[in-house]
Amino acid sequence: MKDITTMTALDLGRAIKQKEISVAEAVKAQFDIMKLRDPSYQCYITMMEEEAYTQAEEIQRRIDAGELFNSTLAGVPMAVKDNICTRGIKTTCASKILYNFVPTYDATVIEKLKQAGAIIIGKTNMDEFAMGSTTETSFLGATKNPWNTECVPGGSSGGSAAAVAAEEAFYALGSDTGGSIRQPAGYCGVTGIKPTYGTVSRYGLIAYASSLDQIGTIGRNISDCTAALEVISGHDLKDSTSVNQLNYSYREALVDDVKQLRIGIPTDYLGKGLDEEVREGILNAAQIFRNKGAIVEEFEMHGVDFAVPSYYVIACAEASSNLSRFDGVKYGYRTENYEGLQDVYKNSRSEGFGNEVKRRMMIGAFVLSSGYYDAFYNKALKVRAIINEGFQRAFEKYDIILGPTAPVTAPGLGESLSDPLKMYLSDIYTVSVNLAGLPAVSLPCGRDKKGLPIGLQLIGKHFGEKDIIRAAYSFEQAVKYERPISLTETNKETKHISSDITKGKGE
Amino acid sequence: MKAYETVIGLEVHVELATKSKIFCSCTTLFGGDPNTHCCPVCTGMPGTLPVLNKQVVEYAIAAGLALNCSITRRCKFDRKNYFYPDLPKAYQISQLYLPICRDGGIEIETSAGKKTVRIHEIHMEEDAGKLIHDPWEDCTLVDYNRCGVPLIEIVSEPDMRSAEEVVAYLEKLRLILQYLGVSDCKMQEGSLRADINLSVREVGAIELGTRTEMKNMNSFKAIARAIEGERKRQIELLEYGKCVVQETRRWDDNKDTSFAMRSKEDAQDYRYFPEPDLLPIEISDEWLETIRSRQPELRDDKMLRYEKEFDIPSYDASIITGSKHLADLFEETVAICKKPKEVSNWLMVETMRLLKEQEMEAEDINFSPDHLAKLIEMVDQNKINRTVAKEVFEKIFKENIDPEEYVDKHGLGMVSDDGLLRSTIEKVIADNPQSVTDYKGGKSKAMGFLVGQTMKEMKGKADPGMVNQIVKELLDK
Amino acid sequence: MKITEDTIQYVAALAKLSVTEGEKKKIAKDLEDILDYMEIMNQLDTEGVEPMSHVLPVKNIFREDVVINENNREELLKNAPKQKDGSFAVPKTVE
Repeated sequence: MKDITTMTALDLGRAIKQKEISVAEAVKAQFDIMKLRDPSYQCYITMMEEEAYTQAEEIQRRIDAGELFNSTLAGVPMAVKDNICTRGIKTTCASKILYNFVPTYDATVIEKLKQAGAIIIGKTNMDEFAMGSTTETSFLGATKNPWNTECVPGGSSGGSAAAVAAEEAFYALGSDTGGSIRQPAGYCGVTGIKPTYGTVSRYGLIAYASSLDQIGTIGRNISDCTAALEVISGHDLKDSTSVNQLNYSYREALVDDVKQLRIGIPTDYLGKGLDEEVREGILNAAQIFRNKGAIVEEFEMHGVDFAVPSYYVIACAEASSNLSRFDGVKYGYRTENYEGLQDVYKNSRSEGFGNEVKRRMMIGAFVLSSGYYDAFYNKALKVRAIINEGFQRAFEKYDIILGPTAPVTAPGLGESLSDPLKMYLSDIYTVSVNLAGLPAVSLPCGRDKKGLPIGLQLIGKHFGEKDIIRAAYSFEQAVKYERPISLTETNKETKHISSDITKGKGE
Repeated sequence: MKAYETVIGLEVHVELATKSKIFCSCTTLFGGDPNTHCCPVCTGMPGTLPVLNKQVVEYAIAAGLALNCSITRRCKFDRKNYFYPDLPKAYQISQLYLPICRDGGIEIETSAGKKTVRIHEIHMEEDAGKLIHDPWEDCTLVDYNRCGVPLIEIVSEPDMRSAEEVVAYLEKLRLILQYLGVSDCKMQEGSLRADINLSVREVGAIELGTRTEMKNMNSFKAIARAIEGERKRQIELLEYGKCVVQETRRWDDNKDTSFAMRSKEDAQDYRYFPEPDLLPIEISDEWLETIRSRQPELRDDKMLRYEKEFDIPSYDASIITGSKHLADLFEETVAICKKPKEVSNWLMVETMRLLKEQEMEAEDINFSPDHLAKLIEMVDQNKINRTVAKEVFEKIFKENIDPEEYVDKHGLGMVSDDGLLRSTIEKVIADNPQSVTDYKGGKSKAMGFLVGQTMKEMKGKADPGMVNQIVKELLDK
Repeated sequence: MKITEDTIQYVAALAKLSVTEGEKKKIAKDLEDILDYMEIMNQLDTEGVEPMSHVLPVKNIFREDVVINENNREELLKNAPKQKDGSFAVPKTVE
């Protein structure tokens, strides 16, 4: 006996196609669980129950009519991070300044999901404007880690990662500017993939740092992530930075074979600052790859220490400009406290943005201001070039680079915000991937003594999604997915269905 | 008083004649109800992204080539950050580090002779919206229709020394851009706007004086007056031992004086940085050659060709080519009727007279070359006389009527019926015995009077040759 | 690098944020720590390195000059905090 919401997205998709489960049933099961668990985890900012049932009817009709034949995820409930614009549905970036903003257009990824028959069930919590590593900077309060509600889920896509872990969604979209998909996936024990910059259209993604942002997917295994990535990727004429690629059939890479795959581990990724248990987890993962026939070795990669400062200079600079449009004139929050135009600007922004966002906008304004541009911003762009160069050299020798997703497992709530610099430093393994625009996946590779998941990061070369997907898939065959233990207690009321339909692979 | 020299450089903003905006597919049509030529992209809605209009790049390159610039083969866009309600993203996408054209110049001619005004650079950028100040309520309304209309900004070196030179430079610039078809350059619609950087220094000084920038220039006359006013103001300050403050000033043409614009609350620090949402532009040899090969004949060449090919005086050629629209009209009409001198005459005399009378610009001329050509044919074939032709032309000019239809409808065809003319003239002679006496007494002018009276009687439609001949015949009898 | 309260005032003005006198000191300290840390970039020799604003060597992405214009004024103004006569309304910008 097994309930619907513990199924993988692809299994549910298959069951729906085979008419074993109706779309409405799936949606019902999903909302039952969401209502049961979300008060504990607070993954969602907006739940779209009514819309979901309307969509369910429409999708069921299309499926019954023989449409959506190739859509593996048709009818499967999924969640969207609240910085991705959804027509007619509030999109807040977890900020007071957009508390009432209802886009009149869909992001390109949303259009693609709708075409593929996805059921969007809600908008997930996040760090305000994706600025944070804990989902605690959300204007609506923190999301809790389903493994331990005293801990953060990571961030900024913490709501999406926690929702997937807590079975409050089958899969979810996140955005990753400096690790915002991979790190919460790591903390929540799920899989998250950030594709190569330019693979997924950014049109409709409310920008944090335009040259680093990329939308990706979070699922309970790499197969779900990959299927979802296939839906949302593709060239888009509305995004100039979208790159036209020949082939987006990532599922071809779902193969259990890493023989002769060359895997490099930068020694600096195992050095100072890395938690001992995380280190063990990573080395253990490396051994699993060796056992499966991969060639794994450590190597020296330069510039690792310079990634965090370069990243924060660039991200803050772009953010300070991107977030200037929130000024109380065209949309969002306007202060009630104003006489002149300058008041509208200053008070709306001061009252509308949280501290972390303000801090980053001020850093950004500073590093671009006259007299500091060369020393900070331009320097950071040069460092970025060197970091990219370092990766290019590494990829001459290796197919993928392996390392931890984060130096520690999920910290306790309230531990990180007091020291911003320390929080920034915890992004050390993820930000360089964004600086170089590379694809990377985080997947669970065991747990520490506290019982919290450890995230393993696999980095691929530009457009090397298939390499990391194949490696992740092979790894999954050796290390089974674990549900958060706490879920079993809150699971009693869910609907049960016959077990024969869940025999498919992936579990 | 010491002798001073005025040093002027211009920043000219030109709206390009593309159909759609620079970064989205909205129309660039002038006017329209507020916020009806807008979309989520040009109004800076969250999550939207710009995509560059290729035509903008091609127009900018065409302008650069015509202004003798070197084209930056790898150029890119930058963001200029500042808050103002007419700028919905709170940054303007512009070019700072690698503008598309650099180091050009054009030759101007004034009473002081010929000189070259150097062009520092041309960059591409987006226009801002329009603010309308509500007279009834204490608020300003924001209209984003202009937002995202493509502009090129042409920045000159401080090479001009007088209002006359500035006007000559602007005239020349306007003609070049109009001939290229990259802009209509209508000042009253704001598609050509100039900011004036002006300083004064003692004659012979090497260092430039402190400059001010004047905005809000909407006509050549206002520009000339503003330059004169600002020059005087700065010299007066210096004469009294005061300093010129570097600031932006607004010229008020009604009050004939300039005001310091309220200094912005904050220092201007635009924090330019490369636009991450747009990719670099690389201009290949082939692309450049294609654009070069499409460059049309510009004014100076056209003028010389008219003199040679159509044998019209250089003064006439300069007037006709002084407006792209007029030149086009001329060539199209000549192509139909093959009578360049006649066409030139109509444009030089009647058209110019009517333009002046109606206070219109040559660009506003609205009649079709077909109709002028037809009129010329009708005169040539003696279907109407010149007096009637002038009357009909006025109708063509004002309402673009078809001259044939008009003449038919109003019965203006030339009368050459010998019997009718003879009886009318006999009556005129009988009514004016004094004139007959004068004529016989040797005052030949009296015959002119009688001819005029006959024409009047015939409502101007009589064949003037025949009237003359018959009057003379009857008088000499 | 010393970040003074004046610098905070200047940067806040650029970002159109107001900071109270009380906050300035704390913000100055935070920014100083962060910027000091960022200065470790200076340990890396970047002589002759071309600043990289785009990771991938993509260029010349254009759209054709085609008008697709719908009047969406109602939608555009839907989220406006204040509107009047089909326009966004702000406090008077000139005196």
